[in-house]
Amino acid sequence: MSAGTDKIAVTISNIVKLNDLVTRFEFKRTDGELFPTFSGGAHTVIEMKDGDITRLNPYSLMSDPRDQSTYMISVRRDDEGRGGSLFMHNNVSVGDEMVLSYPVNLFSLDLRAKKHLMIAGGIGITPFMAQIKQLDHAHGNWELHYACRSEALGSYVDELTSTHPNDVNIYYDDQKQFIDLENLLDGQPLGTHIYVCGPKGMIDWVRGKAAELGWPREAVHYEEFLAPQPGKPFEVKLAVSNKVIQVGEQESLLEAMEREGVDAPYLCRGGACGQCETNVIGYDGKFIHRDHWLEEDEHASGKKIMPCVSRFEGKTLVLDR
Amino acid sequence: MTIQFNEETFRDDYTFKNSDWAIKRFPFPFHEDSYMYAVNMEQHRGGPDGSVYEKRFDVDEHYVAEMKDRAMVLNDDPLRCQSLPHMTLAGWDLLELIMVSKSEDYPDLFELHRDGDQWHWINKPLGIDDKFTFMDETTLPYGPMEYITRQTQGDFCVLDQRDDNLWMDAGIVTTQADWSLDFDIGMNFFEWHAPVPLAHEKGIFVRALKFLLNIQQGSPARRLNWTMTVNPLLDTSPENYHKWGVQKTTLTPENIGEKQHLRVELQTFFRLPRSNALVFPIRCYLCSFQDLMTVPKWGRRLHRVIRDLPVELATYKGFIDNRPMMLDYLSKFDDGKPTSDGIWPDLETEPALEK
Repeated sequence: MSAGTDKIAVTISNIVKLNDLVTRFEFKRTDGELFPTFSGGAHTVIEMKDGDITRLNPYSLMSDPRDQSTYMISVRRDDEGRGGSLFMHNNVSVGDEMVLSYPVNLFSLDLRAKKHLMIAGGIGITPFMAQIKQLDHAHGNWELHYACRSEALGSYVDELTSTHPNDVNIYYDDQKQFIDLENLLDGQPLGTHIYVCGPKGMIDWVRGKAAELGWPREAVHYEEFLAPQPGKPFEVKLAVSNKVIQVGEQESLLEAMEREGVDAPYLCRGGACGQCETNVIGYDGKFIHRDHWLEEDEHASGKKIMPCVSRFEGKTLVLDR
Repeated sequence: MTIQFNEETFRDDYTFKNSDWAIKRFPFPFHEDSYMYAVNMEQHRGGPDGSVYEKRFDVDEHYVAEMKDRAMVLNDDPLRCQSLPHMTLAGWDLLELIMVSKSEDYPDLFELHRDGDQWHWINKPLGIDDKFTFMDETTLPYGPMEYITRQTQGDFCVLDQRDDNLWMDAGIVTTQADWSLDFDIGMNFFEWHAPVPLAHEKGIFVRALKFLLNIQQGSPARRLNWTMTVNPLLDTSPENYHKWGVQKTTLTPENIGEKQHLRVELQTFFRLPRSNALVFPIRCYLCSFQDLMTVPKWGRRLHRVIRDLPVELATYKGFIDNRPMMLDYLSKFDDGKPTSDGIWPDLETEPALEK
């Protein structure tokens, strides 16, 4: 059984180009019914039929969690990636039918918090768009610090600053504006929770600084989905299903297993949730671990791999699948 | 289907009884002739017609009487229902889930009419007809969780999910197998399961937690659990142990068939969409030994399971002292014949007792 694989058939109802890099896609249910509600921070996994390849990419839901008529995501074009975001930007039109998973939340608000301090970098703004709407309905106490490359690439900056002028702080890299993190964290009331979503460097910076200042680990929340990276093709023996499969240059190990009809569990497809953790039975070669689920010693042990983002180079790899 | 609701009690004179319909659909918890803990989860997406698995929230002939009993327990001890401040949103989630499910699954008994956030709820068996504003607590006589669970059979634990754990942060618990919400409130999954023997060593709870944390919207799960109760008593709580514990000593070879009940919990698990909390309904079904023995397969199997159960489990489940008397009774219904796989009664295919 693959968790999180319940599906909803949708039709693209609107496409809005926000700037050079980011485009918003809006969905209605194809059957005309209402979407399930969700919690701010949830993502959905989109199925893209790209020729012979089925791509499954996670994107944060950024619409109002209470709005059951429309789901929205925003996709940043990644010209270097394997093509999921390019497919969305280049091949998808209004009226197209696609398939979404039910919402899954791995970046939930801690509703005990007296205050929610949100720190976003670039496209990392998307989960906060939904969380802010959720908190506004509940009269929650929040504050956003949002770093963008430039005014031209500041997705949703105008919307956020016009509706919440006192709670939203914008920083433009090209104007040398930077979050004064130490002072920001120092001035927070007791019971504040920190949420950070953005590039890995930003997440590490915020987590590191918070730890240094003595913040409890439980009060610091982050979400970083990795996109699987291309790599050299390799061969894998799947012991349980008794198959030998080839993982192509442009696909992940998880995608190759799915292509061969091997049922492999997943939720985030980005190295974060742990759902696809797979035992290694034997190997001769080296792992390219890219997840942030397994601990360092587990990476070194050669006993586990996260097939959503990690790869292998060498002679043989045998997995317990 | 129209349900004829029983007039019955779960205390004092104990007039509770199961109809033939209720006996045949009793969720017998043993799928084979022995029992040990396992992560025995399956998807909760319906089941055979008329079975307790068919609907999302099963309503049966005991509904009205069980709700009266719950109101009495709450009246005596308001701490049986608690919700920490951050769990109100999850309470609304639960109210929505139950109202939508029941009105769709039992349209002749329950109606829900929604116009934006103006909701109209009609519960015919309990004679309730309320209009309220969804997400506005001031428009309901109780908090949302308490309001809807005073109208729904079974205990409810509403679990917050954070830090890769589940936290018992809200619930209503009046039909429990000897555990206390007031004691467990605020505990995490490992803390509230600490008293359970053997299962920790088997790694059951680590695996169960991993499963539960990954339960997704639209994909509820379920399992059965069981224990033994003397007299058809719903409220076997630690708070009232002084009242019911002593009743275990009233069992005699003459009255055991009537007094000794197998107590089965249908436990289900639903992800709550707006709060990302998990709700864990624990629905209690009671059936006397003598009623169970009307199903030959269950008679054979129950004897073998109780006979072979490890001492630790019989002790934890509170019937170690009465086990010899139970076995004397049950052995009369075990002729040594093989039993079919699975929990169903299989009345047409299983042979009658030859003894």
